[in-house]
Amino acid sequence: MNHLNILFAKKQSEILSVYFTAGYPGLEDTVEIITVLAESGVDMVEIGMPFSDPMADGPVIQQSNDKALKNGMNLRLLFRQLEDIRSQVSIPLIMMGYLNPVIQYGIGDFCKKCNELGLDGVILPDLPFEIYIEKYRAVFEKNELHKIFLVSPQTSEDRIRKIDAISNGFIYMVSSSSTTGAREKIVKEQEDYFLRLQQMNLKNPRLIGFGISNHETFQRACKYANGAIIGSAFIRALSEKGNLEENIRRFVKMIRGTSGMQP
Amino acid sequence: MKYDVNKKGFYGEFGGVFIPEMMYPNIRELQDNYLEILADPGFQEEFRNLLKDYAGRPTPLYHSARLSELHHTNIYLKREDLTHTGAHKINNTIGQILIAGRLGKTRIIAETGAGQHGVATATVCALKGIKCIVYMGQLDVERQQPNVLRMKMLGAEVIPVYSGNMTLKDATNEAIRDWINNPVDTHYIIGSVVGPHPYPDLVAKLQSVISEEMKWQLKEKTGREAPDYIIACVGGGSNAAGAYYHYLYDNHVKMIAVEASGKGIDSGESAATMVLGRPGVLHGCFSMLMQDEDGQVTEPYSISAGLDYPGVGPIHSHLFKTGRVKFDHATDDEALKAAFQLARLEGIIPALESAHALAALEKKKFRPDDVVVVNLSGRGDKDLATYIKYMDSFL
Ligand SMILES: Cc1ncc(COP(=O)(O)O)c(C=O)c1O
Repeated sequence: MNHLNILFAKKQSEILSVYFTAGYPGLEDTVEIITVLAESGVDMVEIGMPFSDPMADGPVIQQSNDKALKNGMNLRLLFRQLEDIRSQVSIPLIMMGYLNPVIQYGIGDFCKKCNELGLDGVILPDLPFEIYIEKYRAVFEKNELHKIFLVSPQTSEDRIRKIDAISNGFIYMVSSSSTTGAREKIVKEQEDYFLRLQQMNLKNPRLIGFGISNHETFQRACKYANGAIIGSAFIRALSEKGNLEENIRRFVKMIRGTSGMQP
Repeated sequence: MKYDVNKKGFYGEFGGVFIPEMMYPNIRELQDNYLEILADPGFQEEFRNLLKDYAGRPTPLYHSARLSELHHTNIYLKREDLTHTGAHKINNTIGQILIAGRLGKTRIIAETGAGQHGVATATVCALKGIKCIVYMGQLDVERQQPNVLRMKMLGAEVIPVYSGNMTLKDATNEAIRDWINNPVDTHYIIGSVVGPHPYPDLVAKLQSVISEEMKWQLKEKTGREAPDYIIACVGGGSNAAGAYYHYLYDNHVKMIAVEASGKGIDSGESAATMVLGRPGVLHGCFSMLMQDEDGQVTEPYSISAGLDYPGVGPIHSHLFKTGRVKFDHATDDEALKAAFQLARLEGIIPALESAHALAALEKKKFRPDDVVVVNLSGRGDKDLATYIKYMDSFL
């Protein structure tokens, strides 16, 4: 069974999802990052597939993409690294990246491989849902992969309803009209948008991402959604000096608020 | 065969809208309005007047006697180099600034490589008193100082881009990121027939004035509207799309597109997308793309910064695939040679980009009664430093 379904069946709040770029900081860090995140109590991991032209990303994730590619990361290698991942963690694992490397790998082969490895979902921000429905939905569904779509504060109600209707994992709520990047605060305007979606009674759970960076912003987001997604702030934590495992554990504690430390 | 874009933004299998949701409202707004605005008589009047009185259109169609003699045929140059700001790029920016005004946008962004599109955008923003921000790779900022200074003099803010390889592709990424972060007040004036639908169609339609004029000019000079050949260089493909536009369904007209092969097709330093690329997604559309086997976009090279783009407009991928347009390429040396030749034969210094189109004349045998139009997309002032560097080798 898809691990996303298992997760949402038993937990509806304070879900913490963490994004990292595969191949960063080191080429071979992928498995360690995922297993330590799982042990630290993270509910879901988004595995970033690096791309040369990440147009929806801010500087921090751009740099992690560049570094990962320089380190030699590619999809074939990433799949090899994930070969035994399901014997080590049982939380949902989601592949996230841009469309072109996936198209070149072959969308059918990609979905099949994800399924074989026990991965649960895919986020491709530059694959709009119209094209997904027309060309790719069947192959995603055949391989039991949830395709997760983004909505932004500018997305119309009608479009949100359509996205909700075809989604079967969760709705990725982009917290403001922006590229990825950690921000210190959540402002009133954003809360109005969070509230608007909360009141729409969508069938899918909602997770808020982009700009979530610390305990405070995580808590705020969780007031209006089933949980939140952290990317840039985690990449920054990975860049810090010292032991990778300790950096990860410290970061998760900081977000959950189970340590006294502030960012 | 159809060469027009369909409702979903595709030319055959190429094109489309591959964008993150955060860009969707802006793209949708443009899709919903562009055809209506273009058809509006008020828009047409303003656009035509500016093309005439401000940009200096119609541009001459010049019968190049000495070049014709050299190639034993009849060669005409479509003189886009004589427009205000010195290249065809102004046709597009005039049109788009008027559209931006009608959509109520108060802030303009653009990407630029050589700086020609940046200058053409800064120019129309000055004309309309609208705030203008131009993204330019740091490497291009260094290579194209005079154009950076022109943009500044015109009141634009030039933002150097340090991501990726710091050239045109990265400047385009950064312009897209800006648009994502400014979803309400901003219009993105893209510089070629690339990007998500409706940009390729919009830019092609704005540039189609080139072939519209060619028709009556040829009729006047040769007695018939259609030439035997049209030759144009292709970076993203906007000057070529404009030069082909009104002839696409006239199968009598043979079309040649010239890409830049840099130091040679197999040198690893080339920008000949049709030869070296395969279909892929970049900057919101599916088209031919230079990339490695993992789908990472590779950095192109050409001596001419305006042809230095790893992709190509989706209309061209379709014209290539269907065989409607033959794609050729010219190296740095071939382009330089053609530029020096035109300077000495006709007293015209072409842009390095346009020199690639001229270089194709060498490789093709024409009949004495053929009518050949070369689209001279721009003038060479901006390339003077490069020409001076190579003066001794080519004269
Ligand atoms: C003079 C000139 N010609 C051609 C080009 C290439 O662009 P396109 O292929 O869109 O016409 C440029 C781009 O900067 C240019 O400045």
